[in-house]
Amino acid sequence: MSIVIDALSKRFGAFAALNGVTLEARPGEFLALLGPSGSGKTTLLRMIAGLDFPDAGHVLFDGVDMTDTPAAERRIGFVFQNYALFRHMTVADNIAFGLTVRARRDRPAKADIRARVAELLDLIQLPDLGHRYPAQLSGGQRQRVALARALAVEPQLLLLDEPFGALDAKVRKDLRRWLRDLHDRLGLTSVFVTHDQEEALELADRVVIMNRGLIEQIGTPREVYDTPATPFVSAFVGETNQIPVTIAAGRAAYAGRQLDVPTAGISDGPAELHFRPHQAELGADVPGTLPILVGAARQRGGGWRVDATLDAQPIEFDVSGPVPDRGTRAGLRLTDVQLFPVR
Amino acid sequence: MTRAAATESPLGRRVLIGIGMVFLALFLALPLVVVFVQAFAKGWPMFLDAITEPDARAAIRLTLLVAAISVPLNCVFGVVASWAITKFEFRGKSLLISLIDLPFSVSPVVAGLIFVLMFGAQGWFGQWLIAHNWKVIFAVPGIVLATVFVTFPFVAREIIPLMAEQGRDDEEAAVSLGESGWQTFWHVTLPNIRWGLLYGVLLCNARAMGEFGAVSVVSGHIRGLTNTMPLHVEILYNEYDFVGAFAVASLLASLALVTLVLKSLLEWRFGYHQARSAH
Repeated sequence: MSIVIDALSKRFGAFAALNGVTLEARPGEFLALLGPSGSGKTTLLRMIAGLDFPDAGHVLFDGVDMTDTPAAERRIGFVFQNYALFRHMTVADNIAFGLTVRARRDRPAKADIRARVAELLDLIQLPDLGHRYPAQLSGGQRQRVALARALAVEPQLLLLDEPFGALDAKVRKDLRRWLRDLHDRLGLTSVFVTHDQEEALELADRVVIMNRGLIEQIGTPREVYDTPATPFVSAFVGETNQIPVTIAAGRAAYAGRQLDVPTAGISDGPAELHFRPHQAELGADVPGTLPILVGAARQRGGGWRVDATLDAQPIEFDVSGPVPDRGTRAGLRLTDVQLFPVR
Repeated sequence: MTRAAATESPLGRRVLIGIGMVFLALFLALPLVVVFVQAFAKGWPMFLDAITEPDARAAIRLTLLVAAISVPLNCVFGVVASWAITKFEFRGKSLLISLIDLPFSVSPVVAGLIFVLMFGAQGWFGQWLIAHNWKVIFAVPGIVLATVFVTFPFVAREIIPLMAEQGRDDEEAAVSLGESGWQTFWHVTLPNIRWGLLYGVLLCNARAMGEFGAVSVVSGHIRGLTNTMPLHVEILYNEYDFVGAFAVASLLASLALVTLVLKSLLEWRFGYHQARSAH
């Protein structure tokens, strides 16, 4: 199922939660809405679900305007951050809920519902836990039950609000992979909200980065990481060092010292220079490099992450060779940078 | 033996517990015993006579009737008010929350007087009511009104915190699975608050049956007609019919004891339930 979000706006009192958001999810796509809290990502998800309604704009499913259709009639699967399992019902009754509440003429026969529940319990790999109550399950198990409950009505669109937020790191990693696999197998279109950039980059086909009710960038994980469209995206996705520079005659300079970095397409004037810890090489303090003072180093992956200061500003970079001594003055040659003009 | 800094000496502890026990015995247990001793002072037959004579029977019937009307009403009001307060944002919400507590902070006598001022013969709606031949004050409707007013907060106060804690997620989950609002209420909201609701209903009922002040003002104390059990007890006592007074009082005291047992049972069940469903 394709989703089109067209110029969606929503205010809560004086607070603009969404400020004219437009985007599209293609059939079969796994889309992540990524942003800090208050960025409007959850509001957007709730509007796709029909749990909130926009002040302006439209939501279309497969070209059909669903803007004013209530959640109950949208046939979507929604997984809540805290699962919202019905605590007074068994796991099996929870999963069957979306089927048993249907009007009699649409309701499958009891045996069919039972079969469907058994099938879903198998799918979530909890075949023997149908008779348990939600309180008797672990967090990861609850999460999977919530997913099975959402899938029972055979939605074409699956919406997930911070689906792994309440789980510990190990369970989170396993579930992530399992969910992605499930999405592909069932041919769903899925949208999930997260504030965890690692999760978004690992799981999603495309990532929508939101900030203050606006979309900053939409792109594949690679695109948003390698070519961030705005300083916000660059800082929010992955680790970034930011330093103020001035562009003059096509050359960037930090505090009067010219740097050997490409400046194609950036007009003269003040700019923000971003580079990631791995986009720098340590060398001698010579022209064209950033003059830094080396601080502490810590093991990170296969190499070392070094803390340094550029004047008073903290800078982080990676080294794969020998670790520089603390207190050394050195030069940092930037191998790749992002430049954003300051307006 | 290690002792925490905040622990009293064994002697001090015993003295404190002793004072507490003596106080409880003197002010709570002893009066209760006295009620039953006095009720049975002249034996079973007198006790039975006292609670089966027509005026006593009328008082018991009226008390049951008033409770049977006001408790369900407050149950509905309480759920509706709690629903509105916890599931929606609206103007005047905090005012509504304070208003719910009003009956607790107003003296029951004043509450009764309010209704006399509104519905009494000299009251705002008095002439209109007389013209339409409706009797509110010194009649059953007035007693019900006063009781509803006084017992309003019990249910609402019990389930507002419960609903606030549970939030809207469960209802939204049900809606996203295709339920209508009304179905959601029966399938999700009500089961989620059932223990708290029962607890509130129990307290509400105990107060509805035991209410004296407000009811006393609006009832007019007409024997066999507008006397509830508490009013009947007072009348008998003032007439020096001690056995009669204490016999009826012992019924009210039994109600209190039953309420206490049910309340403990619920607390045990409720607490257990809450602990189990804690995430």
